[in-house]
Amino acid sequence: MEAVLAIAIGVLGASGIWLLLRPRTFQVIIGLGLLSYAVNLFIFSVGGLRRGADPVLGTVAAAGSYADPLPQALVLTAIVIGFATTALFLVVLLTSRGMAGNDHVDGKDGPA
Amino acid sequence: MDWSHAPAVWLILLPFVASGLAAIWPRRWHPGYVMTGTGALGLAVLGWWAPGLLDGEVVRWQHAWMPALGLDFSLYIDGLAALFALLVFGIGILVAIYARYYMPAHYPLKRFYTLMLAFMGAMLGIVMAGNVIQLVFFWELTSLVSFLLIGYWHQGESARDAARTALIVTGGGGLCLLGGALLLGHIVGSYDLGAILASGDTIRNSPLYEVTLVLILLGALSKSAQFPFHFWLPQAMSAPTPVSAYLHSATMVKAGVFLLLRFWPVLAGTDAWFWGVGTAGLVSLLLGAWIATFQQDLKAILAYSTISHLGLIMMMVGFGSTLGVVAALFHVINHATFKASLFMAAGAIDHEAGTRDLRRLGGLRRLMPITATLALISGAAMAGVPLLNGFLSKEMFFAVTLGSDYGTWVDTGVVLFAVLAAGLSVAYSLRLLVGTFFGPVSLDSPRSPGEPPRWMRVPIALLSLLCLLVGILPARVVGPVLHAAAAAVLGAELPVYSLQLWHGFTWPLVMSIAAFASGCVFYVVTRSYLAEREATAWIAPVSARRVFEWVMVMLTETLPRWQQAVFPARHLQVQLRVLFGMAAGVAALVLVQFAWQVPAPGRIDVGLAVLWLVGSGCAIGAARQAKFHRMTALMLSGGAGLAVAITFVWLSAPDLAATQLLVESVTTVLLLLGLRWLPKRIPGLVRSSPRTRRRRLGDFLIASVAGGGMGMLAYLAMLHPLPDAVSRFFIENALPGGGGRNVVNVILVDFRSFDTLGEITVLAIVALSIYGVLRRFRPANESLGTPHLRLQAKGGDPAMRPAHPGATLPGFMAVPARLVLLVSPFALLFAVHLLVRGHNLPGGGFVAGLAVTLVLIVLCMARGVRWVEARVRVAPLRWIAFGWLLALATGTGAMLLGRPFLTSWHGSGTLPVLGTWHFASALFFDLGVFAVVVGVATLILIALAHQSVRAPIGVVRHDDTEPT
Repeated sequence: MEAVLAIAIGVLGASGIWLLLRPRTFQVIIGLGLLSYAVNLFIFSVGGLRRGADPVLGTVAAAGSYADPLPQALVLTAIVIGFATTALFLVVLLTSRGMAGNDHVDGKDGPA
Repeated sequence: MDWSHAPAVWLILLPFVASGLAAIWPRRWHPGYVMTGTGALGLAVLGWWAPGLLDGEVVRWQHAWMPALGLDFSLYIDGLAALFALLVFGIGILVAIYARYYMPAHYPLKRFYTLMLAFMGAMLGIVMAGNVIQLVFFWELTSLVSFLLIGYWHQGESARDAARTALIVTGGGGLCLLGGALLLGHIVGSYDLGAILASGDTIRNSPLYEVTLVLILLGALSKSAQFPFHFWLPQAMSAPTPVSAYLHSATMVKAGVFLLLRFWPVLAGTDAWFWGVGTAGLVSLLLGAWIATFQQDLKAILAYSTISHLGLIMMMVGFGSTLGVVAALFHVINHATFKASLFMAAGAIDHEAGTRDLRRLGGLRRLMPITATLALISGAAMAGVPLLNGFLSKEMFFAVTLGSDYGTWVDTGVVLFAVLAAGLSVAYSLRLLVGTFFGPVSLDSPRSPGEPPRWMRVPIALLSLLCLLVGILPARVVGPVLHAAAAAVLGAELPVYSLQLWHGFTWPLVMSIAAFASGCVFYVVTRSYLAEREATAWIAPVSARRVFEWVMVMLTETLPRWQQAVFPARHLQVQLRVLFGMAAGVAALVLVQFAWQVPAPGRIDVGLAVLWLVGSGCAIGAARQAKFHRMTALMLSGGAGLAVAITFVWLSAPDLAATQLLVESVTTVLLLLGLRWLPKRIPGLVRSSPRTRRRRLGDFLIASVAGGGMGMLAYLAMLHPLPDAVSRFFIENALPGGGGRNVVNVILVDFRSFDTLGEITVLAIVALSIYGVLRRFRPANESLGTPHLRLQAKGGDPAMRPAHPGATLPGFMAVPARLVLLVSPFALLFAVHLLVRGHNLPGGGFVAGLAVTLVLIVLCMARGVRWVEARVRVAPLRWIAFGWLLALATGTGAMLLGRPFLTSWHGSGTLPVLGTWHFASALFFDLGVFAVVVGVATLILIALAHQSVRAPIGVVRHDDTEPT
C-alpha cells in the first residue's frame, strides 16, 4: 500500500515539476495542480495509512482505531487554498496573455 | 514622601492623545491650542513631581507587557529624564505659540500639530523609558515623525530628499541601537533599565562590550548629527522653521546625547569610549564650526553650528570625567535655549523679509529693533559672551579640556582645538548678527520688513531672557535642575563645581579671551572674502552627503542592475530550473543514502495499484498534452485529481475526498472558462531544435530525480509514523471539549479556528483581487471573435446561432437543462445537510459551500449565465462580507462572555419532532466559512464567465465575424 502511494506521489510530483519548467502558462497551471496533488498526498500520508479506520468518533474515544485527523485537517485547508491560488493564477495568466499578446511565462515569446 | 507614581503613564499618553485630538480638532479653533495646553499640563505634572525629583528620587511605573519574554512596559523618570522632559514640554509650548503666528492659516495645520504632538510623545517615550527595547521603539518613532515633518512640504523635491536622507540615517542608526540594546540585555540578562544601570562592571568586562558600544554609538551619533552622519541635519532645514527650532536644535538631536548620558554609568570610562565618543565629538565640533563660517543661509549657519555645539557636548561626554558630564548637561540646557531662540528669530526674519540669505539682508536693526535685540542676546550667548549662559558652559568646557590627563600630545591638542572651535563660533556668530542687523538697510529683500506679530516675539523673548538669567544667576536659575540631572547620571561621585559668573582670573578665562580675540580678528580679516564665498574652503570637494548619495545610488540602482544582468531574473524558467535543480540535488542525495536500507514493500493493495496505474497515466498524459491539447490535458489532470479523491476514501478520509472532488469540479470549470482566452496553436511550431530537445532532456532529468526523491521521502515517512501526541489530544478532546464527533471538522472550526479564520480571510482577499484584476481585463484581439465551436454548431447555420453572447444555443442540452432544474433544490438541501451535520459526520462549511457553488455552475452550464442571473440574485460580495463578519462575530462573542477569542460553546437539548439535538456554537463559525466559500467561488466563476458575455472596453462586438 505504502509503495503504491509513494510511486503515485513520485509520478505526480515529477509530472508537475516537468510542467512547471515548461514555457507556456497553461502548462505551468496544470503543473501546479499536479504538484499540489502530490504534496497533499504526501502530507496526508505522513500520518500513516489506515484502511477501514473510523473517520468519526464512536461512543468510546480510542485513538488507536481512528484515522489520524491532523494531517487531514491540514490537507483540507491546503486543498481549498490551492483552489484559490489556482484561480488567482488563472486570472493573472489571462491578463498577462491579454497584455503581452502571448502566453509565454516571461511575457516575451523568446526561444522556448 | 507621599506622591503617587500613577500619573507617569498619563504623562506619556498625554501627547499621543492630544495628537489624535489635534487631528480631529474643529476648524473654528486653532490646533495650536492643543499643543500649548499639552505642554502646560506636562510642565504642571513635572512641577508636581519636582520636590521628589530634585531630591534624587525616581518615579517608576511598570506594567507587564510580554512577561514571557521578560519585557515590561516601564517608565523611569529620574533627574536626567526630568531635565529632558522639561526641554520637551517647555520648548514645545514656546514653539506651539510661535508656530501659531508663523504658519499661515491656509497650510495643513492639523497635520502639523498632530505630528508635532506625536513627536512630543515619542521624545518623552525615549527619555522616560524604563526598558531599553521600549527606548529603541520610541527612538525609531521620533525618526519616523521627523521624516514626516521634514517632508511637511512634500510637494518640493528637496524636502522629500531631505526627509528620506534623515530617515535612512537616523532610522539606520536606530537599527544599530536595537542591536546594541539586545546585546546589553543579553549581557545583563534583563532589558530593565534599573538592572542594566546596576551592572556596569559586568558590561565593561564583557567580551561583547566593544560591539555593544559601537552599535550604541552608531545610534547616538547618527541621531545627534555627529560626524560622519552630520549631513542629514543641514538638509533637514527644509522643514518649517518651528520644526527646526523644536526637533533639530532643542530636542531630537539631543536624543543621542541623552542616550550616552543614560548609559554613561555603565559604558563610560574606557579607552574605547574616550576615542569613539571624543573623536566623533571633536571632529564634529571643528567641522561644524568651519562649515558654518562659510554659509550664506541663516538656517544653514544655525544647522552647522548645531552640529558643532552637539560635537562639543559629545566631546565632554566622551572625556569620561565627572565634570565633563556636568558641563555636557549644562550646555544641553544652554544650547537648547539660545539655539531655539535663534531659529525662531531666523524664522521671523524670513517671515518678514522673505529671504534668509545673508547677502540680501542687512540693517534690520532699524526695521525690527525688538527682534534684533533678542537675536543679539541669543547670538551673543552662542558666541560665548560673558553675562550669558553660553559663556558659562564654555568656561566649563575649557576647564574640562584642561583637566584632560592623558599624558600625551592629546592633552595639548584638545586644549588648542577647543580654543580654535570657540574662535570659529565667535566668527560665525558675528557674521550672522552683523550681516543681518547692522550695516546699511538692505534694499534687496523681496518684502519690506517690519516687526513680526507680538506673539511671535514672545517665545524668542522668553528664551533670550532665560539666556540672560542663567548667565547672571546660574546657581539660582538652573542649579537645582542641573544638580538633580547630574546626580542621576553620576550617583554619589558628583564632582565639585561652582556655578557662578566670576571664578577669578583662571586658565579657562584666558582661553575664553584668546578665543574671543581670535574670532574677532578672523571675522574682520575674512569678512569681504566670506561675503562672496559659495563653497567651504578646503573641504568642499569631499562631502559626506555626496558619499552618502553615491552609496545610495550604488545600492538602489547600480547593484540591482548588475544583479539583473548577471542573474537571469527576467526568465522564470531559468529560475525555476535552478530551484528545482537544487531540490533534485538534495533528492538525489536522499535517494543514494537510503536506497540500500529501504524496507521491502509489504502487501500490495491491488485495488489501489490499479487506481494509481490509471492515475499516473493521467498525470503523465496531462504533462505530455498540456502544450498543444489543453482540453485533453485538463481532463487528464482531472482524472489524476479523481484518483487522489478515491485514495482519500480508500484511506479513511471521507472529508478530504468530498472536498477534493468538489474542488476538482469547480477548478475544472474555472480552467475551461479560461481556455477561450489562450492563443491558438501556431501550425509552424512542430519541429523543435536540438537545443530545445537538450533542454527538455535536462528538465526531464530534474523532474524525474525530484519526483523520485519525493516518492522516496514519502515512502520513508509513511513507514515511520509520527508520534501521535498532538493527534491524540485532538481525538480525546473533540467530543468532551468541542462537542463534535468529526475530529477533522472540530479541528477546523474549534481547536484551530483562528487558522481557519485566517484562511477564509485569504480566500476573500484572493476573490477580491481576482475581481479587481478582471475589471480591467483586456483580452488579446485575436480571442475576441465568437468561439470556433459556436460557429460550427448546428452545421454552421447562422440562423441557429444564439441571439446574443451568453445565451445558449436553441435546443441546446434541453433534457439535461430540465433535469438540472429538477435536481437543484435537492442538491441545495443536501448542501445544507452537509453543513449542519459537519460537526459530527463528514461534511462542514467548506464542502457545503463548494456544493452550493457547484449547483450554480451546473445551472449556468445548462441554461446560461444570463438566465441564472435573471432568476437567482447572486451577490457574492455580500456572501463574503456576511460570512467573514459572522465568523468574526462568533469569535468576539466569546470575548464578550469573558472567554478568549473564538472559544466555542456546546450543549444538547431535546426538540420536538427532531429528538435529541446536539448543538455547538462552532456551527455559526462553520456557517461563516460556508458563506465565504460560496461567495468566493461564485465571485470568481461569475467574474470569469462574464468576460465572454460583456464587450471589452472600446470594442464593438461583431458576433458573426469568422474566426481569423
